[in-house]
Amino acid sequence: MIRDITIGQYYPADSRIHKLDPRVKIVCTLLYLISLFTFKSILGYVLATVFLFGCIKLSKVPFKFIVRGLKPIVILLLITVGFNLFLTPGGETLVHVGFIKITEYGLSTAVYMAIRLIYLIMGSSLMTLTTTPNSLTDGLEKLLHPLNKLHVPVHEISMMMSIALRFIPILLEETDKIMKAQIARGADMESGNLIQKAKAMIPILVPLFVSAFRRANDLAMAMEARCYRGGDGRTKMKPLIYKSTDHVAYLITILYVVAAFVVGRYVPFKLWIF
Amino acid sequence: MSIKLEHINYVYSEGTAYEKHALKDVSLEIPHGEFVGIIGHTGSGKSTLIQHLNGLIKATSGALYYNGENIYGENYNLRELRNQVGLVFQYPEHQLFEVNVLQDVCFGPKNQGLSPEECEKRAREALQLVGLKEKYYDHSPFDLSGGQKRRAAIAGVLAMRPKVLVLDEPTAGLDPKGRDEILDQIAYLHEKADMTVILVSHSMEDIAKYVDRIIVMNKGSVMFNDVPKKVFAHYKELESVGLAAPQVTYIMHELKEKGMDVPTDATTIEEAADGIMKALKKERAAK
Amino acid sequence: MKMIKTDKLVFEYAKRDEEGNIIGKSRAIDEVSLDIEPGQFIAILGHNGSGKSTLAKHMNALLVPSDGTMWVDGMDTKEDEHLWDVRQSAGMVFQNPDNQIIGTVVEEDVGFGPENLGVPTEEIWQRVEDSLKAVGMIEYRHHSPNKLSGGQKQRVAIAGVMAMRPKCIVLDEPTAMLDPNGRKEVLRSVMELRKREHITVILITHYMEEVVDADHVFVMDHGHVVMQGTPREIFSQVDTLKHYRLDVPQVTILADELRKRGLDIPAGVLKKEELVEILCRLN
Repeated sequence: MIRDITIGQYYPADSRIHKLDPRVKIVCTLLYLISLFTFKSILGYVLATVFLFGCIKLSKVPFKFIVRGLKPIVILLLITVGFNLFLTPGGETLVHVGFIKITEYGLSTAVYMAIRLIYLIMGSSLMTLTTTPNSLTDGLEKLLHPLNKLHVPVHEISMMMSIALRFIPILLEETDKIMKAQIARGADMESGNLIQKAKAMIPILVPLFVSAFRRANDLAMAMEARCYRGGDGRTKMKPLIYKSTDHVAYLITILYVVAAFVVGRYVPFKLWIF
Repeated sequence: MSIKLEHINYVYSEGTAYEKHALKDVSLEIPHGEFVGIIGHTGSGKSTLIQHLNGLIKATSGALYYNGENIYGENYNLRELRNQVGLVFQYPEHQLFEVNVLQDVCFGPKNQGLSPEECEKRAREALQLVGLKEKYYDHSPFDLSGGQKRRAAIAGVLAMRPKVLVLDEPTAGLDPKGRDEILDQIAYLHEKADMTVILVSHSMEDIAKYVDRIIVMNKGSVMFNDVPKKVFAHYKELESVGLAAPQVTYIMHELKEKGMDVPTDATTIEEAADGIMKALKKERAAK
Repeated sequence: MKMIKTDKLVFEYAKRDEEGNIIGKSRAIDEVSLDIEPGQFIAILGHNGSGKSTLAKHMNALLVPSDGTMWVDGMDTKEDEHLWDVRQSAGMVFQNPDNQIIGTVVEEDVGFGPENLGVPTEEIWQRVEDSLKAVGMIEYRHHSPNKLSGGQKQRVAIAGVMAMRPKCIVLDEPTAMLDPNGRKEVLRSVMELRKREHITVILITHYMEEVVDADHVFVMDHGHVVMQGTPREIFSQVDTLKHYRLDVPQVTILADELRKRGLDIPAGVLKKEELVEILCRLN
């Protein structure tokens, strides 16, 4: 059961976005995220909307999945919006009821903040929904390769990440088993204050750590038995090679970033307070 | 201390793409003091079934009576149920965590609210019952051998003095001698401590020697529920669901098919040998 | 040239007390000398703690001898420069199905070995396909290993080793954690592999019914080889085997019991078909 949970919630589909090289998706998502913070007028956000929704459409991922990523941050969103809405001075006062004061600037800032946050989450979700965790680690490994010159062990870090991804469902399942075994011995995870609850975790965490170390040991032996000796001399079964669609994707993204930057900052436009 | 299941159903991940109907209309009764074996292939629901017996899993529908009381009733004390129905999981040594063996075995009694003296007394009793020598009591559980760890883990449940002992594949991963030792120990417990013992396994040969009754699970339902001899008589059906009767059963059936007058319900080697000798003597006498 | 050859192999480990001080040495393997011809199916039997797994780990240089020598395909495992050749020559499949699978997708895991050997990308794909077909798991190539049964995972592990094109495959208790179906699956795969690829197969186990088709069987106890011979020769010594904590199949015990009661049954009956035939003839 628990093994069915996919980390990063990859949504399999046969779309142009899915087929893009993971490096393209990582870099473009980053550029897109940065662009969101460069706009000064609503026009920038309009362009961002076109770009984002265009990508969503191309990805064939149902909209509800993209929106799901927003659930965890609803509280954060409301707090941020609230603070900006009620506490930012500047411009005309729009609403004044008792001590509640909403200014022009407050409203516009609040709305911009909200859109930025929402688009940030949606953009990142789109990336993880269309890229398997392993492609992401492969992509990161290739992108960060130059760091090797600074003696950063890029390959090893990437290998660690893939193995962690592989074992997370297994360790989750094991935690469940250990919990059940201790509950069967009368362990109580629910009652008591914070300290008591923390103590109640020991019968779970100790066996879990022991088990994780044992697995790590076994895995290391298995890797050595299959001639693993670090990144040198390794070839790749699925090497990352740019295709023409990847170049097109880079181009479109750069065009968007430049256009949005220019339009968002230098084209004068005002619709009410935005 | 009897256990009775009535129309137990268990569905998990309901409503999602991963919905699974793990237990289908399971009804059975285990009277006090019986030694029962539950057999089934992986995915047959046997592990899910036993986790219902101590309330770890709650059935989606149906009733489960322990000593005549429905454990799904309001205000039912599940913690007390777990004191009475002890459950030993597969590879129980994975639950060991304390600084030394004695402390680990005390974990159960401690959770039962007993005094430190009483906890230690019960722990020592339990460790003796599983045959672990006293010199290991102050060792770290992680320093023991695999078989010793397993005994310590079983002692951890026995220390709670359960009336019903449920063991999920207690011989998993052990070598033949280790397996025989643990099963002999369990049989000894059943006699000496007057416990109901429920043993889950996928090895017919292991179980046939010890149990009074066998429950065969297949795809979430009870396929057979009878004494070993009668269950093994269905050896062809057992094979079709991925289980095997003891080798001896196959041999006897084949001999019978080839014309020898042997008892096909022999499940142990002694019975088989006796049956074969008798049949041959009869043939010779007839000639 | 022998595939595997050992000469008075010794493996010692230090016994430590509570504080970690060395209080003595213990020999997991005590002067074992044996050799294995290429292409054979060899079984090494023994109870837990007999030293059989320790011996297996010497065969691919995961462990090196404290004394004596282990040669794999003519190479001395103590010599560092041969380390990776030894490991490519003698592939190993371990007991725990989960703890030897590295990839998150079956085909990626099978490709792990060839990737480490620096095999060119196209050839890796060829080897992965061939290996998965050889163990009958090709339809699962895009699956996540988490969704497979124990037997299937072990078959993937075998494919992963085969993709390295070893001369010899060592299986260290590959069925110990599997249910009866899984065990059958794995053994069937191994037997088929042996037929098709003609590689040396070394099976380490404590289940005697798995070794009935072996060419040669070694029985270990306390770090020594205490018995060796063909399966028939070994199985005929029922009482000795029980002394070494091994589980003789029911059919062999039954045959032995009947022989003790006076019936004319040869020693070392391996399979139930044999016994049925013999008894019918006596009838």
